Amino acid sequence: MRGSEILERMADSTSEDVAVVGNTDFAAADLHNNTNNTVTGYSCFSKTMMEEGVPLLKKMEISVSETEKRTGKNAVNMQEVYTVYLIETRPVDAITEGQSTAPDSLWRRYSEFELLRNYLLVTFPYIVVPPLPEKRAEFVWHKLSADNMDPDFVERRRIGLENFLLRVASHSVLSKDKIFYLFLTQDDGWKDVVYDTGFQAKADSRLKALNATFRVKNPDKRYTELKHYSDELQSVISQLLRVRAKVADRLYGVYKVHGNYGRVFSEWSAIEREMGDGLQSAGHHMDAYAASVDDILEEEEHYADQLKEYLYYSESLRAVCRKHELIQYELEMAAQDLVSKKQQREELTTGTVRTFSLKGMTSKLFGQETPEQREAKLKVLEEQIVEGEELVKTSNAECDEYVRNAWVDIDRFKEQKNQDLKEALISYAVMQISMCKKGIQVWTNAKECFSKM
Amino acid sequence: MESESTTSSAQVNGNLAQTVADLSKHMLELDEDDDLEVFSKDALINQYKLEEQDIKDVFITVDCPENHVTSIETFVTYRVITKTTRSEFDSSEYEVRRRYQDFLWLKGKLEEAHPTLIINPLPEKFVMKGMMERFNDDFIETRRKALHKFVNRIADHPILSFNEDFKVFLTAQAWELASHKKQGPGLLSRMGETVRAVAASVRGVQNRPEEFTAMNDYVETFSQKMGMLDKIAQRIVKEQKEYLEGMKECGPVYTLWSGSEDQLVEPLKAIAGCIDNCCKVTEEQVAGLSENQVPILHEYVLCAETLKAVLRRRDNIQAEYESKVDALASKKADKENLKEEIGRLEDKVECANNTLKVDWERWKRNMQSDVKSAFVDMADTNMNYYKKCLAIWESFLTSQKTDVHLEKDTDS
Repeated sequence: MRGSEILERMADSTSEDVAVVGNTDFAAADLHNNTNNTVTGYSCFSKTMMEEGVPLLKKMEISVSETEKRTGKNAVNMQEVYTVYLIETRPVDAITEGQSTAPDSLWRRYSEFELLRNYLLVTFPYIVVPPLPEKRAEFVWHKLSADNMDPDFVERRRIGLENFLLRVASHSVLSKDKIFYLFLTQDDGWKDVVYDTGFQAKADSRLKALNATFRVKNPDKRYTELKHYSDELQSVISQLLRVRAKVADRLYGVYKVHGNYGRVFSEWSAIEREMGDGLQSAGHHMDAYAASVDDILEEEEHYADQLKEYLYYSESLRAVCRKHELIQYELEMAAQDLVSKKQQREELTTGTVRTFSLKGMTSKLFGQETPEQREAKLKVLEEQIVEGEELVKTSNAECDEYVRNAWVDIDRFKEQKNQDLKEALISYAVMQISMCKKGIQVWTNAKECFSKM
Repeated sequence: MESESTTSSAQVNGNLAQTVADLSKHMLELDEDDDLEVFSKDALINQYKLEEQDIKDVFITVDCPENHVTSIETFVTYRVITKTTRSEFDSSEYEVRRRYQDFLWLKGKLEEAHPTLIINPLPEKFVMKGMMERFNDDFIETRRKALHKFVNRIADHPILSFNEDFKVFLTAQAWELASHKKQGPGLLSRMGETVRAVAASVRGVQNRPEEFTAMNDYVETFSQKMGMLDKIAQRIVKEQKEYLEGMKECGPVYTLWSGSEDQLVEPLKAIAGCIDNCCKVTEEQVAGLSENQVPILHEYVLCAETLKAVLRRRDNIQAEYESKVDALASKKADKENLKEEIGRLEDKVECANNTLKVDWERWKRNMQSDVKSAFVDMADTNMNYYKKCLAIWESFLTSQKTDVHLEKDTDS
């Protein structure tokens, strides 16, 4: 159990160093803010977390730094090509004995990330679990291929996977999980360890429960509102992504057509004496303008990825609400069952039939029970009632605990979401500004050339 | 004008003066317009030595399109107002109404009188999409602008502006114009001209001077490139319009989103506002491109066709001359008449060549100026577009009270 030892050591360490991450993209910046939140007491929830220890990310550098293509046989014994991702880890406090400064690393493929996430979903049902980057490219516009092997797609997925790991590692509850730690550090046999936890059985039953339809008698208003919110969030972000893809496609068209100006100006300049030079140089600027759209749209893709993360987060949010509904429903069922059993007991002891029951009718038709029969029945009922009371008690406790834990994480999530999305909107504006500045530059240059014609 | 031409005739190339004098003897087959041409040719030589912008003394506006309904048809007429200080005109101001057919007639008469002068193209007769387009406001406005340009170009031309038919066009009332149109060379003589022209074009020219071959090559390439530029410009407008349609859908989604949020309401609404403002700016930009740049490029596509026709006509004049020379070599009888005719045709060729050469330079200058201003306009339109959008987004950043943009500036 070496893993847990290290975990404990890390939890006990009082190092105040902030994790340095491999990539300097938005994901890292966001996580930096996240960890700040949990440390500086942004919400009341963080104080509790401080007592429990510090998130893994504060102790450990984590990055998904490279990708590689592999070939191998799949489950049905057919050749397949798949991509693997290199996870590098290094303790922040490298002065720990025996630790070298070179990072440890191992390769994982997407399906293993999925396995990890499913495990976390089942093990921490009250946590809004961070989402993985999309399985297949959705909301694409014509330039991006929807092919999973496409290098742009793989690169964006790499960033998304790193982001996932950083989010989990900075979560005060999730980052403590042993399986997560082993995912980052144990090369062989990790899958077996996960399966050994038996989470799959829980997963199956949970899945069944979540898919079943049931009505809760006294729904918790907060959760109902939250579920509505997650639906709205999903709907609006989907719409936004769809519109955005259309706009990106059109923008690409506008810019690229200007490239034709470059070509035709160049051809035309050959027959013009006075205008030739002006046309030629203007043509170069038109080419530059057309080419500039590639960078613009790449940046824009980052923005879309930020939105997508919260699109998928809405699913996590909904899952938490559903799980709560399930627990509430089970509590209500247990309580109902207890009430009916108590009623039956009362009827037996007082001999009055308050409610209609088949037993009552048959006993009326076929004669009353003997006192011994009644005694036996009563005894069974008493046992059942005791069990029932226990069940109600534990269900209640489970429900309370769930609500308490979940609501803490939901508050944390809300803060994170507001911060992240605000930053995303700002970065969108920054991107637009950059695009405008480039445009002004190009057309100023072009105008100069045209004026000289 | 007349005194000018007599005093400066001394400056005239002796050869040309002789040609002009000879020509005036052989005016039998040509109608009265060409009499004017004699003086005009003198004027031509002088005018080209002057700065073109020297005396702009004819100002024309084409405006106020109106529907005109008769029992037979419906058509659009345009008001043509002429203000001039020229002595040839009885009055200093005229107002008439003209329809597209009248402009077409004018162009035909000018081409007939001056086969090797480059006359600005008229807007196209029909629009492919459908006849109802004729009465569509945008179409009429585009046409009006093109007609305005057409008559003004003629007014600015040193030779064409003195053409008698042009004067009639600008000044005559509707019935006067109609009766004037009926005049002109008789059917037989016009048929004769056509037959000669067709025969000449079938025969083809033998010894085309190098410079006209060069012009031909130029026009071929120019026509091709202009066609492409015209298509590119129109395509850009189309794509930009589609981009605008897409952007218009964005703002409402952000507004919708703000309805579900609490902390994010303000930035989301602000983004929606910015996008909507950018849409307005984009609409201005599209309008700017459509109204300024696209029509000019399209006009020059039509111009290329005009140039081709002019070069063809020049070739035909030369071919006619060459055929008579060949006939002289083979025919035995009627040598005297043939020699006279050859002399006349030789002069005609020389005159045609010279007028074309001079007008070619004038056309090139105009083209350069037009094209330059069209593209400078385009650059300005686009620069303004980006500047306005920049201001919109910068105000968003300020409203969010962040100095993030300062950091990111160092990246770009």
